[in-house]
Amino acid sequence: MTIGIVVFPGSNCDRDVRWALEGCLGLPTRFLWHEESDLQGLEAVVLPGGFSYGDYLRCGAIARFAPVLEEVRRFAGEGGPVLGVCNGFQVLTELGLLPGALTRNIGLHFVCEPTPLEVHPGSCRWLAGYQSGEAISLPIAHGEGRYQVQEDLLRQLEENGQVVLRYTANPNGSMGDVAGLCNPRGNVLGLMPHPERACESLTGGEDGLRLLASLLG
Amino acid sequence: MPHFHARVQVSLRPSVLDPAGEATRAAAGRLGVSGVTRLRIGKAIEVEIEAPDKATAQQQLEFLSERLLANPVIENWTLDLIDTAGGPA
Repeated sequence: MTIGIVVFPGSNCDRDVRWALEGCLGLPTRFLWHEESDLQGLEAVVLPGGFSYGDYLRCGAIARFAPVLEEVRRFAGEGGPVLGVCNGFQVLTELGLLPGALTRNIGLHFVCEPTPLEVHPGSCRWLAGYQSGEAISLPIAHGEGRYQVQEDLLRQLEENGQVVLRYTANPNGSMGDVAGLCNPRGNVLGLMPHPERACESLTGGEDGLRLLASLLG
Repeated sequence: MPHFHARVQVSLRPSVLDPAGEATRAAAGRLGVSGVTRLRIGKAIEVEIEAPDKATAQQQLEFLSERLLANPVIENWTLDLIDTAGGPA
């Protein structure tokens, strides 16, 4: 079982994700350069945080056209597990795999701090290791993490149980306190907090470990 | 006080490299639109301003454009004073 980690020009959490998967969980990984299109032999794909293509135009707007993402879209369509963290979440919304958009934080500042969250796993395969309503803390580090979507669509997402992670002290003005969203099928998760930075007690807690450990099945 | 509406267009000077424009042009090709030969990204700034008369509004907007909205070293700007929405207060 090998996990693919997409590397765009400007990704900067790809190594952190590798460490969390290989160092903390013993899961082999393979970096996928943005121009690659071979996902053969991969069990799951992670889109890491960073500033893909300099976040020119809009966050994730250019990354969306990377050749590797056509394959990721196909992989997700076949039910393959796909995780987008921070910039990866922004890419998933630009790609249309998750609805809505991430815009400038309401306070205009880049926010980098541990953030309290509430988990509502529903059918999200990535969150199967958490209790419904469980309170956890994960670090956030973003300037554009304010989730925005049409009001009626937000209600629909809530009714479907797709709002799987909520801020309990909203740091960025996200509508509905949305911190993370899952697709209806449960295989595609996008979230602004960084689970890969919370996998060791030595460096900021272990609340993110169970999310990545879901890959151990 | 009369109320004026203006649009200031700020663009990079032609000699200044626009990496964001180049990256966006490359993405256009990936979307299948291959004929884009030039793509430059600027800013369109909407301004509403109160001033005693149109000439004063024009003068203040030019000052704003030159000193705040654009950096004349690397950017050009154009000012479009669109309308005088409100009457005298």
